[in-house]
Amino acid sequence: MATPVIDASHLSLTFETNDGPVHALSDVSLDIQKGEFVSLIGPSGCGKTTLLRVIADLEQPSEGAISVNGMSPHKARLKRAYGYVFQAPALYPWRTIGKNIALPLEIMGYSKAEREERVRKGLDLVKLTGFEKKFPWQLSGGMQQRASIARALSFDPDLLLMDEPFGALDEIVRDKLNEQLLRLWEKTQKTVVFVTHSIPEAVFLSTKIVVMSPRPGKIHDVITCDFPRDRTLDIRETPEFINVANRVRQGLREGHSYVD
Amino acid sequence: MLTSLWQGKTLPVLTVCAIITVFWYLGSIWLNADMQRMLFENNGNPSYSTAELIEGTLSQEKPKLPTPLQILAELNKTVLETAPTSKRSLVYHGSVTLSATLLGFLIGSSLGMALAIVVVHSKSLDRSLMPWVVASQTIPIIALAPMIVVIMNQFEVTGLLPKAVIAAYLSFFPVTVGMVKGLRSPDPLQLDLMRTYSANQIQTFLKLRVPASMPFLFASLKVAVAASLVGTVVAELTKSEDGGFGARLLGGSYYGQTIQIWAALFAAAACAWVLVSLVGVVDRVVTRSMGARP
Repeated sequence: MATPVIDASHLSLTFETNDGPVHALSDVSLDIQKGEFVSLIGPSGCGKTTLLRVIADLEQPSEGAISVNGMSPHKARLKRAYGYVFQAPALYPWRTIGKNIALPLEIMGYSKAEREERVRKGLDLVKLTGFEKKFPWQLSGGMQQRASIARALSFDPDLLLMDEPFGALDEIVRDKLNEQLLRLWEKTQKTVVFVTHSIPEAVFLSTKIVVMSPRPGKIHDVITCDFPRDRTLDIRETPEFINVANRVRQGLREGHSYVD
Repeated sequence: MLTSLWQGKTLPVLTVCAIITVFWYLGSIWLNADMQRMLFENNGNPSYSTAELIEGTLSQEKPKLPTPLQILAELNKTVLETAPTSKRSLVYHGSVTLSATLLGFLIGSSLGMALAIVVVHSKSLDRSLMPWVVASQTIPIIALAPMIVVIMNQFEVTGLLPKAVIAAYLSFFPVTVGMVKGLRSPDPLQLDLMRTYSANQIQTFLKLRVPASMPFLFASLKVAVAASLVGTVVAELTKSEDGGFGARLLGGSYYGQTIQIWAALFAAAACAWVLVSLVGVVDRVVTRSMGARP
């Protein structure tokens, strides 16, 4: 088997706060293979975002080991191994959509011609062609989040980390973006780690669902979900889909029960 | 036409102007009446009518409170009817004040920005410098101005520069405070984004902190340019031999020329308004190009 894209073993992370230590992650072990679409799902406080941030080298684990592409997350970050999509689009309001997508390219020193070409491709990928010269506030929330996905993909990282990217959007837009994201994943063959608290979203998108439980944040269950890659929203009506969704729901419930 | 006047600022401003004018005239009559009664009595004319009294209060040579019309007449005389090269021309004095103001504003805002950049990037400098920056503004500038002039004179620095330094002393402060706040305004998400690109400190500064600070910078530049003018006028009270609005104010108060004082005040206020508006125009142009909502 090839080296996993992400290999975490016995990760723990404790935040020291004024109210005492908070165990955000406790003994988390997980490996993610190339091309997988892995969802981290759990209630708030289960450490799913923290785990994503550890992978991205935005947080340092207190204990345990983790490698990204076979190196430390810090080295991987310096090598620009991943694109990160935050909960909010986090577009810079003083940059046009095109310039926002070009931001990582500017920082990474791409030539002007290369930047223009990649921005054009990125806009096309997320179906925002024609909005290049618009400023973020002129776009809807869903369009802004699509622009931020294009920005994360602009420098063509193999790994896409997404932290509840569609959490703030209404269900209709979310369904649509979920489908688009799947097509994008199919087309680009990226490895995706996707944080969510929506069961249907997780089941619909993922090849693997990691159910997490809070206080301390740990992995409760890992569910494989092998629907075909070219799945459409219709599969949500199938018994197989409902089965997996039920297992996730049950996992979430069990995760909660030993807390209270 | 009328509705657009109501919706715009014109009519409200004019209304307030009219109200102020009415109260001003009442004030002039009230404040100048005593003097006018004395004048009538000294001239052997004790049986004056109220109308004569009021008329007298509005046309004194050295009134306690000159009327707006008297001030406008003085402005007309000293701005339009006197050659700009004459020392009696407010245009001459205005140019003296404005040149020191602009130089001071330039020095002050550059210093302010430089300080802000340094403070934002160094925790120890933040802790050690910022209290002094704040303390610097607790000293009344009127007390400091003569000393700056004297000390700089000692090093044979004369002319425009000492006044500009005093103006800069007042104008760097709002820029430092505003710019520090602006450079620190990016939220954690925007900063995290830069980290995910492993951007270096200079890139984060140029592509995130600087653009994010622009609205803050312009707000403080507006304050700074007005403060710079105030600083210059204060400096001119000390260094009155070069002229300027401050010198006009000082000269007026020596000789009890209240009309001259008020005219200089109005001219200074008009200059400040123009300067603040100019900064406002640059602000609008820059922030529009940076995607601000119209």
